[in-house]
Amino acid sequence: MEEKPTLKNSTKVIEIKGLNKSFGNYHVLKGVDLDLYKGENLVVLGKSGTGKSVLIKIIVGLLTPDAGQVSVLNQHVDQITYKELLALRLKVGFSFQNSALYDSMTVRENLEFPLVRNQKSLTKREVNMAVEEMLDAVGLLQTINQMPSELSGGQRKRIGIARTLILRPEIMLYDEPTAGLDPITCLEINNLINEVQERFHTSSIVITHDLTCAKAVGNRVAMLLDGQFQRLGTFEEVFNTNDERVKPFYDYNFIH
Amino acid sequence: MENKAENPSIQNAEVKAPGKLARMFLTLYDVYKFIARFFKEGFLPPYEVKELFRQCYEIGYRSALLISTTGFITGIVFTKQSRPSLSEFGATSWLPSLVGIALLRTLAPLLTGLIAAGKVGSSIGAELGSMRVTEQIDAMEVSATNPFKFLVSTRVLAATITIPILTFYTAMVGMLGALLNVSLSEGTSARAFFQSSLEQITFLDITASTIKAILFGFTIGMVGCYQGYNSSKGTEGVGKAANSAVVIAMFLIFIEEVVSVQFFGLFRS
Repeated sequence: MEEKPTLKNSTKVIEIKGLNKSFGNYHVLKGVDLDLYKGENLVVLGKSGTGKSVLIKIIVGLLTPDAGQVSVLNQHVDQITYKELLALRLKVGFSFQNSALYDSMTVRENLEFPLVRNQKSLTKREVNMAVEEMLDAVGLLQTINQMPSELSGGQRKRIGIARTLILRPEIMLYDEPTAGLDPITCLEINNLINEVQERFHTSSIVITHDLTCAKAVGNRVAMLLDGQFQRLGTFEEVFNTNDERVKPFYDYNFIH
Repeated sequence: MENKAENPSIQNAEVKAPGKLARMFLTLYDVYKFIARFFKEGFLPPYEVKELFRQCYEIGYRSALLISTTGFITGIVFTKQSRPSLSEFGATSWLPSLVGIALLRTLAPLLTGLIAAGKVGSSIGAELGSMRVTEQIDAMEVSATNPFKFLVSTRVLAATITIPILTFYTAMVGMLGALLNVSLSEGTSARAFFQSSLEQITFLDITASTIKAILFGFTIGMVGCYQGYNSSKGTEGVGKAANSAVVIAMFLIFIEEVVSVQFFGLFRS
């Protein structure tokens, strides 16, 4: 598998400085610094419960930080009004770990939901075309009239990504995109993330603990340990270490 | 594990758990904010008209069969149980008006409210609770839409509109049950029955019942939505949301019934 190049010379689309977040007495993020560059896929690795998902939920304003600054497309997420946050969310797509498809709606309605509420000038025909085009892009046009309960785990992930992409975001945040999927479907999802990057020119943060996914999709990899990014760089740079906290990740994924 | 004494940020993060009384006031403040948000956002555009009609249909359809059965049986039973007391005074001819007043003033709103609290309240609580747990509400948030407007405003409005309609439907079905019993026992005609029962019903009775039903509908919708929308993570949270929605709504309905009886009583005397 060929390693992807870093894109550190392009502009920053997300800038995080000194981010802190606690839940009760549990201090999850302890002064996190992170930059996402335009056009790159940045993979955030870490054990369960280390605050990876918390980090991206803060980026979209679902959680508020205790301290620190989060700037997304030059806007400070914790300092903007709700209206400004909604406008910013149009530019930031979020793909949930369990897909979070709306159970009571068909696949078509799932995709229509954000589109018709955010682009009111679209005609019914244009909405239909956009939905069909996006489903085609994720290879699931045939599921258009199905309910989420009739779909497999991999299909749900793809539909979730399609629903996010339909608003044409500049930034994509993937929360554990390959969790709970078989290796072949994982491969398909990895390819889809790369396709999205190329076709829609998105910049992405991919939260995962799957190193195959990290290697396949990441231009850079960041390792979250003890509430901070301890290692940041290309896949090789991050794992070319004797750090006992990092090595087990590699060994488990590629040796066992 | 990091030593707390060495890490001031952990010490700062330590939050003292509020006491019972403080928790109660915090919850009340939270409820107040939730209701205020409904009035602030519920009546402003963009309107979710399609979802509102869908919810009205769901609430009406979901409760119609149970309400029909309960209302009809209540009409029969209430008439049957009232007859011996009235016949002691030779006043069985008052049965239609007694049933009419009892059904419209109290039985229909209360029965409808309690049945809807069980059927509709639990359903709303469970639905929104499961949407919260499976991050569907978060998914709406991050797609730049307002889940409160789509999920809460529509359901509360639908319950507030539909419960009064169901209340008058219950009263009507109850009257039919009473008519069946009266016509079988006393041979009273339908025309005589309705003439006798309706002439005792005043405008105040209809107004009071409508206001009560609106209040019950609002309570059922609001409690169900609050419990579901704010349910904690996990499947246990969904069960709790559904259960609390029913228990709290029923409790509030009884309190509202007592208060409204006292209040409208002032206009009768």
